[in-house]
Amino acid sequence: MTSTPLSDDAPVLIRAQGVGKRFTRFHRRATSLKERVVRREQGSRDDFWALRDVDIEVRRGETVGLMGPNGSGKSTLLKVLSGILRETEGSVEIHGRVASLLELGAGFDGELTGRENVYLNSALLGVPKADTDALFYEIVAFSELGEFIDNPVKHYSSGMYVRLGFSVAVHVDPDILIVDEVLAVGDAAFQKKCLDRIQDFQRQGKTILFVSHSSGLIEALCTRAVVLGHGRVIFDGSTREGTDRLNELMGVDRVNRVDAGYAKIAAVAVVDPSTNETPESFTTGGEAMLMADIDWINTDTLDGNDVVAELQLMAGSGEVVVIVDPQPFHVPAEEIRAGTTSSLRWRLRALPEILGDVTLTLTIRHGDVLIASANLPGFRVRATQSLTTDGEARFLTRDELAAIGRTSVQSVDA
Amino acid sequence: MSVVSRRRSDQSRLRTQLIKQLVRKDLKIKYQGSTLGFAWSLANPLLMLVVYTIVFTVVFKNTVSFFGFFLLSGLLIWNFFQMSVMGAATSITGNAGLVKKVPFPHIALPLSSIGFAGVQVALQYLVLIVAMSVAGLAPIRPELLLLVPALVVVVTLTLGLSLLVAATTVRYKDTQHILEILMFAWVWASGVIYTPSLVRDRLGSGLKLDVYYLNPMAGVTATFQRAFYGQLYGTDGKLILASDSVWFYLKVLGLGFVVSLVVLAIGAMQFRRQSADFAEDL
Repeated sequence: MTSTPLSDDAPVLIRAQGVGKRFTRFHRRATSLKERVVRREQGSRDDFWALRDVDIEVRRGETVGLMGPNGSGKSTLLKVLSGILRETEGSVEIHGRVASLLELGAGFDGELTGRENVYLNSALLGVPKADTDALFYEIVAFSELGEFIDNPVKHYSSGMYVRLGFSVAVHVDPDILIVDEVLAVGDAAFQKKCLDRIQDFQRQGKTILFVSHSSGLIEALCTRAVVLGHGRVIFDGSTREGTDRLNELMGVDRVNRVDAGYAKIAAVAVVDPSTNETPESFTTGGEAMLMADIDWINTDTLDGNDVVAELQLMAGSGEVVVIVDPQPFHVPAEEIRAGTTSSLRWRLRALPEILGDVTLTLTIRHGDVLIASANLPGFRVRATQSLTTDGEARFLTRDELAAIGRTSVQSVDA
Repeated sequence: MSVVSRRRSDQSRLRTQLIKQLVRKDLKIKYQGSTLGFAWSLANPLLMLVVYTIVFTVVFKNTVSFFGFFLLSGLLIWNFFQMSVMGAATSITGNAGLVKKVPFPHIALPLSSIGFAGVQVALQYLVLIVAMSVAGLAPIRPELLLLVPALVVVVTLTLGLSLLVAATTVRYKDTQHILEILMFAWVWASGVIYTPSLVRDRLGSGLKLDVYYLNPMAGVTATFQRAFYGQLYGTDGKLILASDSVWFYLKVLGLGFVVSLVVLAIGAMQFRRQSADFAEDL
């Protein structure tokens, strides 16, 4: 029998012991040599532990699913394990060649053709050129790009971009594959192909560590689940129990949360901008507007230039997860004053095709520190056609606020 | 070969390959927009040659025959140094997306800036050699061998300073502005634009001159002028180059090499110390 449970004597390929990662925000830290020379003191600092006391062992042949709510430290952990970030405390041991896919096509250059990017990306991932030569046609075939492989990737659709990125990555032939939410993109047929490829990896006895929001996917693919919450491992065991623990945790997180007493999301709603009402569902390609009021509670230690609002759409329908993540939006420094309220309007244009219910998550961050978040479950997009998404956020002017019958204070032109 | 050393040689081969890919990318992006393409970077030194020759033989008369050839002999290697260091300064910050998302040896980025500058300047020297040959001044002389130690010095210095500024720019964004000013002053301190004999006339040939040649670029440009331009004497019969003795060049290159090694040690240490935190600091 080759299936689970795995024998305990398979060698450990990933070992993290007591790993902690601290991000430090410096208020008024010198960012230029001039300042560094003129001002000797470093200003106050604000520590945030994204990971704490994390112990994880992954043995050869295991597929471990990493789960947790937004901001629980999943991506930070993957970055520490793949060597992009350095752990603040504890130790990380990796045995074998790692390919990490934190973002598909992260190393692509828009000006280069697909072909040139295949070679560049392979070199970045540490593949000898001879191997890339040998695998080139397989990579192109897998990506289904055909003759487009000789066009500059800046002319690619987002789907083509992602297909090529995944094709390169899965042909790297690593011992350990570390994958962030990258399967969340591409059409259903391509996702299926990617999953098949991952199952091939499993059959070859490779070790996989991957992040997903989809309980279905974790249960279908993984031999083990690890759940993170607030930077700590809160569960490590069977996938079934793991997804249960995650659902429990998400239930808790669904309420508005005041993390550090900086700010509170006082009100949040999604409306159709033409009617200002919340319809039962939105149409693919149409628009939606997120409206949120943020009460500023304690702003003494917030650096006004570093407060960011971010919006994510997350849909879970069986094993397919879609995340739409528009550009984070900087909250204007003048807005941030204790005792006042900011009104945020976020316009989502050209909604993508998403199956099933979507959870819309608004997070307010100060640098990497989550200071408030709110989840809005039950946002629904009715499919008509497949389109790409882009998001735009701005603060309404006083006049515009008055026009929609609101008198919220502290609004400026974006 | 032991397993460890084989692994290490595999590693460095992969790194070389990555640098090659990055250099090719930069070259392609730089030249694909223009119809003349690569010819542009070659036409550039020719144009400079014509302009400087006219300016310094017709407008400002002086004793240096073929002033354009003299100037380019030293200026091109200076350009290599300056282009490399300025490119390296933004090589990490300009590839923030890559550094934050993909684990790879960061040193490939400043090294590829050096490679990018090196390819272009090597071709520009080829153009210079062709132009000099056409003018009947083909640089064929035993002093060409001096280029070997001179290249060692300039590459060591360039590498050291590139690593230093690449790491420093991540934390201090104004590094490149300070560098621009520094480079402007430095080129004037390195005997590129005026004849190096002027320095000797002013400083004598004792300790003061040795101190002057602690600047590695002064020795490097003087050597390049000797090897390529090679006309020791001006139209008035006075020495215009740094020296007529090969030993002199070896001595100043030796001085420059010691300084360059110190710069390399500091640069490599600083880069190694900071590179693990690049993804976080960007």
